Amino acid sequence: MKTIEQTTDEVLNLAATHFKVARAELQPGDDFYKKLGIDSLQALELLTRLENHFGVELPDYEVQGVSDFQTLATRIQARL
Amino acid sequence: MNDYQGKTLAWRLCDGVVELALNRAPANEIGLAMLDDLERFVSALPALESKASALILHSEQKAGFSAGADLRELYGQAQKMDSSAAAKGVREFLERIHAVLNRLDTSPLTTIAAVHGVCFGGGFELALACDLIVADKMARFCFPELRLGLIPGFGGIPRLKRDIGNGVVRDLLLTGRSINATKGLAVGLVSQVAAEGEALRLARATAAQTAKFDRATAAAAKRFIKPLPAEELRREIDLFCELFARPAVMEGLRKFVENAGPHPYLP
Repeated sequence: MKTIEQTTDEVLNLAATHFKVARAELQPGDDFYKKLGIDSLQALELLTRLENHFGVELPDYEVQGVSDFQTLATRIQARL
Repeated sequence: MNDYQGKTLAWRLCDGVVELALNRAPANEIGLAMLDDLERFVSALPALESKASALILHSEQKAGFSAGADLRELYGQAQKMDSSAAAKGVREFLERIHAVLNRLDTSPLTTIAAVHGVCFGGGFELALACDLIVADKMARFCFPELRLGLIPGFGGIPRLKRDIGNGVVRDLLLTGRSINATKGLAVGLVSQVAAEGEALRLARATAAQTAKFDRATAAAAKRFIKPLPAEELRREIDLFCELFARPAVMEGLRKFVENAGPHPYLP
């Protein structure tokens, strides 16, 4: 089973790859809306990529109010 | 009219398949302009049906198949009228869109929605009027209407109930959550999942397969297996109009329209 650190790292890697941001620029505590420059439709795209990557379902309301990578990773970890 | 280029969509007939491409930036919101174009398409449908075996609906917009009803237009129009006129306008719109979707639903052609990205609300309802949904793995399906104090009004509930288990319908409706294509496949909503960007190609391959069969037989089989839930569709319009009259709805629409933040599509 993945550790939370591994999950967080994979979240950051995936976000960097798909939104074409340098991985080194992303930290767990960063606001992903601001750092990736995305809106809610693109946030749904991120959600879908994360679900597909981790093989989990992540209902939208689970990420309501979530805007940083670390908390997002915690939500995913809870479903692994 | 085999080919047509409208303001919000285009269609063409090619090798016995009609392809209807939605193309209204940013996310194929369904308002009056798209309704006009859809009605134009439905008028042309009988002639197209005599020459084709399948119809594919897809989107040219990057954001997805369709984000649903044009809520900004709805709010803007309602603001200009008294509540009685607004209610009448809403009912008229619903009657028109239901006529379009019912006609698509009952077409003798095999109809396939090729879905990518957002397929929300009225957009989801447009896809549900089709016989098959082929989705790429980035597709998301959602009925967000309860967030606005409404229910799906374009026929989504009766059509979804026709296709999948009531438990899943309740989940989608009562939580307003979106589900991805993999989940859609698991519950029987989506018939095939394609790689990202491949839904249209897969829909074309599926259309080519269905074209091998005798059209009259396929049309008869479709009429048998896919009854139109006419009574429930009528009741849905009535319930939607009843809910629309509540002040909470206009407040919900106002919040959506005035939301300048990055979150309007999240619950």
